[in-house]
Amino acid sequence: MSDVVERTLSALPGLLGQQDPGAGPGGGPGRVSATSRLGGLIRSITALSSKHEEEKLIQQEQTNLKATVSAPTTTLRLMKECMVRLIYCEMLGYESSFGYIHAIKLAQQGNLLEKRVGYLAVSLFLHENHELLLLLVNTVVKDLQSTNLVEVCMALTVVSQIFPREMIPAVLPLIEDKLQHSKEIIRRKAVQALYKFYLIAPNQVQHIHDKFRKALCDRDVGVMAASLHIYLQMIKKNASGYKDLTESFVSILKQVVGGKLPIDFNYHSVPAPWLQIQLLRILGLLGKDDPRTSELMYDVLDESLRRAEINHNITYAILFECVQTIYTICPKSDLLEKAAKCIGKFVLSPKINLKYLGLKALTYVIQQDPNLALQHQMTIIECLDHPDPIIKRETLELLYRITNGQNVTVIVQKMLDYLRQSKEEYTIINLTGKIAELVEKYPFLLLKWFIQTMNAVFSVGGDVMHPDIPNNFLRLLAEGFDDEKEDEELRLYAVQSYLSLLEEEDTFYPQKFLQVMSWVLGEYSYLINDGDPEVIITRLHRLLKQTFVTSETKAWIMTAVTKMSSRMSCSKTIDKLIQEFSTSLDTCMRQYAFELKHLCENKELMKNLFPLDASCDEIMVDASLSFLDGFVAEGLSCGAAPYKPHHQRQEEKLSQEKALNFEPYGLSFTSNMSSSGFTGRQSPAGLSLGSDMSGNSAELGQKETNCLKLDGVRKLWGKEGYLPKKENKTGKEDKTQPVPQDSILTAHVVDPPLMQSEQQVVSLSEEEKEKQQLASTLFVGLGSNSTISLVGDFYKLQVTKFTKYETQNSEEASSFQNIATLPFSPLPDTTPNNKENFQGNEHLGLRKISLSSSEVLEASVSFETSQSVTEVGLDEQLSNCRLSTSSLFADSNIEVFQPPQNVPDIVANKAPLSLCLPEELAGHPHSEIVELCSSDILTVYWCKVWTDDCSRLVLFVANNSTSPLKTVNLVNLNIFYTSVNFFLSFCQKCVQLEKVCTEGVLSGSISYHLDTDTHLEFSLTFSLSDFIRPMKMTTEDFGRLWLSFSNDVKQNLKMSPSQGSLSVALNALKQKLKLHIVEIIGNEGIAACRLLPSVPCLLHCRTHARTLALWFRSSCSALPDSLLYQCQKVMEEA
Amino acid sequence: MGLGGSCAGWLMQAPCWLGGDFSLSEDTQQQIIRETFHLVSKRDENVCNFLEGGLLIGGSDNKLIYRHYATLYFVFCVDSSESELGILDLIQVFVETLDKCFENVCELDLIFHVDKVHNILAEMVMGGMVLETNMNEIVTQIDAQNKLEKSETFIFQSPRQDR
Repeated sequence: MSDVVERTLSALPGLLGQQDPGAGPGGGPGRVSATSRLGGLIRSITALSSKHEEEKLIQQEQTNLKATVSAPTTTLRLMKECMVRLIYCEMLGYESSFGYIHAIKLAQQGNLLEKRVGYLAVSLFLHENHELLLLLVNTVVKDLQSTNLVEVCMALTVVSQIFPREMIPAVLPLIEDKLQHSKEIIRRKAVQALYKFYLIAPNQVQHIHDKFRKALCDRDVGVMAASLHIYLQMIKKNASGYKDLTESFVSILKQVVGGKLPIDFNYHSVPAPWLQIQLLRILGLLGKDDPRTSELMYDVLDESLRRAEINHNITYAILFECVQTIYTICPKSDLLEKAAKCIGKFVLSPKINLKYLGLKALTYVIQQDPNLALQHQMTIIECLDHPDPIIKRETLELLYRITNGQNVTVIVQKMLDYLRQSKEEYTIINLTGKIAELVEKYPFLLLKWFIQTMNAVFSVGGDVMHPDIPNNFLRLLAEGFDDEKEDEELRLYAVQSYLSLLEEEDTFYPQKFLQVMSWVLGEYSYLINDGDPEVIITRLHRLLKQTFVTSETKAWIMTAVTKMSSRMSCSKTIDKLIQEFSTSLDTCMRQYAFELKHLCENKELMKNLFPLDASCDEIMVDASLSFLDGFVAEGLSCGAAPYKPHHQRQEEKLSQEKALNFEPYGLSFTSNMSSSGFTGRQSPAGLSLGSDMSGNSAELGQKETNCLKLDGVRKLWGKEGYLPKKENKTGKEDKTQPVPQDSILTAHVVDPPLMQSEQQVVSLSEEEKEKQQLASTLFVGLGSNSTISLVGDFYKLQVTKFTKYETQNSEEASSFQNIATLPFSPLPDTTPNNKENFQGNEHLGLRKISLSSSEVLEASVSFETSQSVTEVGLDEQLSNCRLSTSSLFADSNIEVFQPPQNVPDIVANKAPLSLCLPEELAGHPHSEIVELCSSDILTVYWCKVWTDDCSRLVLFVANNSTSPLKTVNLVNLNIFYTSVNFFLSFCQKCVQLEKVCTEGVLSGSISYHLDTDTHLEFSLTFSLSDFIRPMKMTTEDFGRLWLSFSNDVKQNLKMSPSQGSLSVALNALKQKLKLHIVEIIGNEGIAACRLLPSVPCLLHCRTHARTLALWFRSSCSALPDSLLYQCQKVMEEA
Repeated sequence: MGLGGSCAGWLMQAPCWLGGDFSLSEDTQQQIIRETFHLVSKRDENVCNFLEGGLLIGGSDNKLIYRHYATLYFVFCVDSSESELGILDLIQVFVETLDKCFENVCELDLIFHVDKVHNILAEMVMGGMVLETNMNEIVTQIDAQNKLEKSETFIFQSPRQDR
């Protein structure tokens, strides 16, 4: 078939120039219209020779069209014609917005054919958020109710292409009805429309999940296939919720593979290949990390592999999916073997597309099975020199994943070669990032190599690369590693190499590179003993005069000069420089020059300001500006007005306005309110005072490093070297080996699988020998026993701040170890016998608490005197803990955080009682402390603490064994214990929501080293409600805010009889979601909450005959939707 | 998200844009077309049919998959949730369907009947997702709609559904 098409098409290239294209061969049905006005337009455009002429012609055409479409006499038929021409104009890139409204009109008024063109024009012209789209809704509703199938089809098509999100409720019931329609095509399109809704507003179709299941079981294959899109999407989000469907998917796939579908669905005699691909993807997602589910699908995967044997493109597509699925689910050895064979077929295929996919598959599986790369090493080497850059890049990606200490230099060299050739911005950004990551992982292989590679990266990557790269590099240089001497050497070498680079005049370097150079020179140029600092300053001075240097870079250079001048007695160049720039037109430069001038006059001060090699020293910053207290007091005593924070001033202003308000509603107050009004206390200097909890300015000072901002930088290096593994040591050993030349020899020693290939060397040609050599350098150390690790970043939630507490001393620890070994933890029921035992522990546990809280001490004292009282005491204590947050929940509704009845039991069962929150957190509401993961040695408990300004995750690490643990490392949470020789330690982190979503998963692992390295993995779920806090406000404020917010969502919920009145329902919401109820009047109520840190969301609800109408408004577009979902869940639970 | 939030396009000698509920400005669209054309047209015959993400089409997750027929390039932009080879054959199905509907399709058909081509694509790909790959089914649908054009009568009046 494709031959036919190709022949037809190739016969026609000259046709465009012909006078009458309508007379061309074929002469199919609709070809008459080639003589129409559209035909005329197209012909005249193709006849033109310049872009300018085309613009003129289109302009003229548009003027004509404008006149025609707005003339009242224009018939719909003519209008349709105009629309087609408008579509053509838009396609060429000329905006024709005057016609949009007419397209909507045409869709509304025309007969079938005109309507179709109208809908088409609308879907091409408008975008999702276009305001005119609202005018289409009515037409769609009308057409959905039409008895004409074609009209219904058209409406469904346009809905699935483009539809305003807020109008979904208007058409949703109609489309739901269509799921039961007798025609397959309608059902199929309805499913597709619902899929669209699911994508743009998942919470609004929450209630029709059952109907999706019905669609999945539809007797028509097309409908079933359409529903798979929805399932793929839903399973991607939450695989555990759909495990029960695995068997259905498996049986569908079995039927498809077995050829049970109508013959129509065959494509090149393969039954419904696209359907198979879809199903295989779903199975892969379902079977991931789940042995039980994976078990179900082994048979069918085997069957698919076996059936897909015909040598056609599409069977390879299926095979590729099979392979991916097999490697995603829990592995089964014989399937893996077959999959590996398949990958071999791909990689060795002469067809370039298949080769590409083969490389992709290899990249995917390489971490599980590094030997597979060894098998195909020669092919991989060939691909490195492939003419197609796409293949090359994929090969580099593969190599990047198999990098280890031994082959890193060769691989990085290959990457640099590619980088130098490529001009695409995207490739450069991508590759520089990868090279920098690799180089930073193994910096001590060769000092020179490290600096040189980074130089290459900086000069090629230039200003497009990720800003983290230079920052990380400077940090590595500044922080240094274990060995002071090596650090010095590294810095010295860097300084020398930069000096030699700057020696040449008039060479262009990217700004980022210049900045790095000037920082290093400023900081470490003193390391050169023999050089004259005057020379360096001259070179920097020369840079300052270059025109290509931006003012930002100039600032870096000036700073470097300033640093250097502090170490010199006097310098002509500096004097010259000061003179030159004191009159500069650039105010920044002038300021720098004056600063430098004044500093030069006071050398002592300057020495203090710029100490040698102090870039890593921490500087205490008194964020609360307590040193100004005296100044403030003086001001106050002289009668100055006391400082009022911003929001207080706003409030006062508002209360004044209340008396006499001439302003219209919704003034500038609202924007202030949403941006800063809710953050609570404001520091005098406008700094955000996150840490200022106690309010005592003298106690708290924030530590900040002085020059480099390191938040968010991945912590690959710690005091003990590279954190995730002990690569450092091997790296140092390798340093003594000369790497590329005689590495065949080393390969012999290191890597047994390579022996075979070496034996063949004799008979091979020179060129192949070279390749072999390359192979052995690339794949060295890739044996089964070597580890490959590229620690990925699994952050889903941004972790911003943490504190570490190591309170207990070892003496206490030993006593508590005894307790921990007592067999009380597997307590199923508190039988009297056990109870005694348990209370004995409780006693000790409470004394433990007393270490951190004096209140609790009393409780434990009373406990000693009378047992019956203590239980009550404990209970009270627990509830007190939860209720003492009067600042947060001012009306302190006791129900809100009443602990579940069985709290003491749960605590006894799940966690030793010695687990207790630290003093400053104990006062906040928190979840139960439950076990997260454990091994013989170590148990991790966790709980969430909801403080006023953030959600904290508190992890407790308990040592079950008697011996102290040396290094315990929480990998993805960035916590690193140097030693856990105490019984218990805990850490807390503040968790923030990056993007509004209903649920997020934070995964991480804890690793420790006792005799062997052990990893424990865990994942924690945070829901949106963890980040919601009540927001206190008055009804007036509510009214103002309500009017100012534009994002709103409305929904009606059915109430069960038990929920009865509005106040009951609202209280349920208040408890679960921490809303603040502003006011309830009759059957209407208003409530407010904020998403941390301070995104407000308002809720208006009213009850009416068993339905609860919820109406959310917020300044954030995604928030109302997600909150609505949470509310739905609460109401369903209740 | 299927076809990359669905930009499905084809390019000719004078490249033009097809399909896409892309909420992009006119300028960006034109820029994408130019860049895509630039990328695709300079590829040799003996290289693979996939091109990895430029910055314009949305970075590393998105791919261009193209097929070359004489003077025509059919280019689909898809994200990672689509199978590359699957899309390659989808283009084939699309072209074969065009051929059936236009009875020996030529590029002039595509230029003069942009609207019809859009409709055919809408039957296959809806809202960025592959909806129908059964060629006969597509042709039946399109034929039914074409009959309308000729007779303008409502032959598809359905028996009223009782609800």
